[in-house]
Amino acid sequence: MNVQSMSLYKRRYRRNQLAMLLANLATLLGLAALVWILATLFIKGFGGLHLNVFTQNTPPPGDDGGLLNAIFGSLVQTVVATLIGTPIGILAGTYMAEYGRNTKLATVVRFINDVLLSAPSIVVGLFVYEMMVQPMGHFSAWAGCAALAILVLPVVVRTTEDMLLLVPDSLREAASALGAPRWLVIRKVCYRAARAGLITGTLLAVARISGETAPLLFTSLNNQFWSTDMNAPMANLPVVIFQFATSPYEDWQRLAWVGALLITLAVLALNVVARSLSGAKTQDR
Amino acid sequence: MNTAVNAIGSQAGAILNRNRFWDAILRSLTRACAIIVLLMLGGVIVALVEGSLPALKAYGPGFLTTQTWNPVTERFGAAAPIYGTLVTAFIAMLIGVPISIGIAVFITELCPRPLRRPISTAIELLAGIPSIIYGIWGLFVLAPLLQRTLQPALIGAFQDVPWLSELFAGPPYGIGILTAALILSIMVLPFITSITRDVFETVPSMLKESAYGLGCTTWEVVRHIVLPYTRAGVIGGVMLGLGRALGETMAVTFVIGNAHRISHSLLAPGTTISASIANEFTEAVGDLYTSSLIALGLILFVITFIVLAGARLLLLRMQRAEGRR
Repeated sequence: MNVQSMSLYKRRYRRNQLAMLLANLATLLGLAALVWILATLFIKGFGGLHLNVFTQNTPPPGDDGGLLNAIFGSLVQTVVATLIGTPIGILAGTYMAEYGRNTKLATVVRFINDVLLSAPSIVVGLFVYEMMVQPMGHFSAWAGCAALAILVLPVVVRTTEDMLLLVPDSLREAASALGAPRWLVIRKVCYRAARAGLITGTLLAVARISGETAPLLFTSLNNQFWSTDMNAPMANLPVVIFQFATSPYEDWQRLAWVGALLITLAVLALNVVARSLSGAKTQDR
Repeated sequence: MNTAVNAIGSQAGAILNRNRFWDAILRSLTRACAIIVLLMLGGVIVALVEGSLPALKAYGPGFLTTQTWNPVTERFGAAAPIYGTLVTAFIAMLIGVPISIGIAVFITELCPRPLRRPISTAIELLAGIPSIIYGIWGLFVLAPLLQRTLQPALIGAFQDVPWLSELFAGPPYGIGILTAALILSIMVLPFITSITRDVFETVPSMLKESAYGLGCTTWEVVRHIVLPYTRAGVIGGVMLGLGRALGETMAVTFVIGNAHRISHSLLAPGTTISASIANEFTEAVGDLYTSSLIALGLILFVITFIVLAGARLLLLRMQRAEGRR
């Protein structure tokens, strides 16, 4: 090999080494960010985690207290929003995968749904404020539920359609050949085959909304006290975290970290469960 | 005999009719739900336009270019939040895109097979962390750290450089545009990475192996085979990330400083559209104030809609090209 080609070879080799080093570094950076955030949460949040958090309501500054009303409010609003959003989402996804697979309507809905999937959630908050809070004249837990339900919808539509499309058409044809009508095929064959996927979609949707703050800021607002009235403002963890973290009081900030830890653990647990469900499914095939 | 056949016939007819009935019900029910998704988008647009009419009528197109934001005199202009939104998202992309592509290259080309799934999952978990967590982390951990280390270093390093000294001027507040952009760059990582990785995996191994066979290095394969092949998909993923960065609310609200002014320095506090709405909406008194904030929301929605729709179109085109092959 002559000198010139040798130096060319070396240059290419070095460039490759550099690029690969950068790729490695990028991955390390990404993983480091995850570890750093989680570690901070544990260090700052774990110390404040004791029974009071689950048995007492949010305190005024300088007092002892917990997050009971906020945890309760978050649970109620998440559950109600999921109960509203999921059925509509599953039915819409069913239309797109079964009845109207190649229709124009399905194509348009798919596109719009994908855009809604990553649309800014604060805009949804504004929408619900205009539609519910303003006409009713007051903030309410119902408005918060509506905002969250709107966020659940696109996630569920998307996963339902994807999962139903994974069900092989030969299954549908076999059922039809046995004389089963379309609605029975969908109910007894398609839904059953796609069950794990549908559950995954719902869990992911719950994970998405349980940490959402922006749409709740001006729909369900916040409540310092214990409240079960869906027509009144209701406390919820994300907004309490926001309020407490940006306050100058140290005990409030401590509670904010505890709340942050609780939410993150819940959301990550949901994510991991959802992933393992869908993972088991894809490995079967 | 004849009556028996008739009886069976009418029974079958009844069953057939019942099935037809249920089919019609399910079909129209699912169709109605699909239409609800469309109505939702229409509703959002109508509600935002209606809510922002008073402000748009009062200020006209000047609303977009006015920098003043004064609740006392009721003079509102959207220039500062729009500027903040675009600048933070742009810097976030500048940092986030190369890192995301690097991670995607690592996962598809370099990573040992057993580690592939865990590392992909870990990066995707970044997307699972709620944005408020990024916010509280940014406010209490990242901002003080930047205030002590990176920001003084930047100010010092570019002190005598003519143009850059403007960009990195002023006291290191910790919070500000740069901090918000850094947090956004972490938040968009998982979105860009997962799409980039997915489209990288669609490159036929035949193509890559031919290039390797000709003696290409891994970098040359990525640069000249993988990236050109997946260009539309990668751009789609980047735009999807951009859409996220533009609309992100809570993480930014914590660290941006909520100052309605356009300053040349990236270290200065600023505001974004979503942060302004989050900070001020419940405190807004007077129709014009509320309406101006809703108008901001409308602007944000239009910007993100264009970006996200563009991203989806690119990804769709990529998928179609995939299907033809």
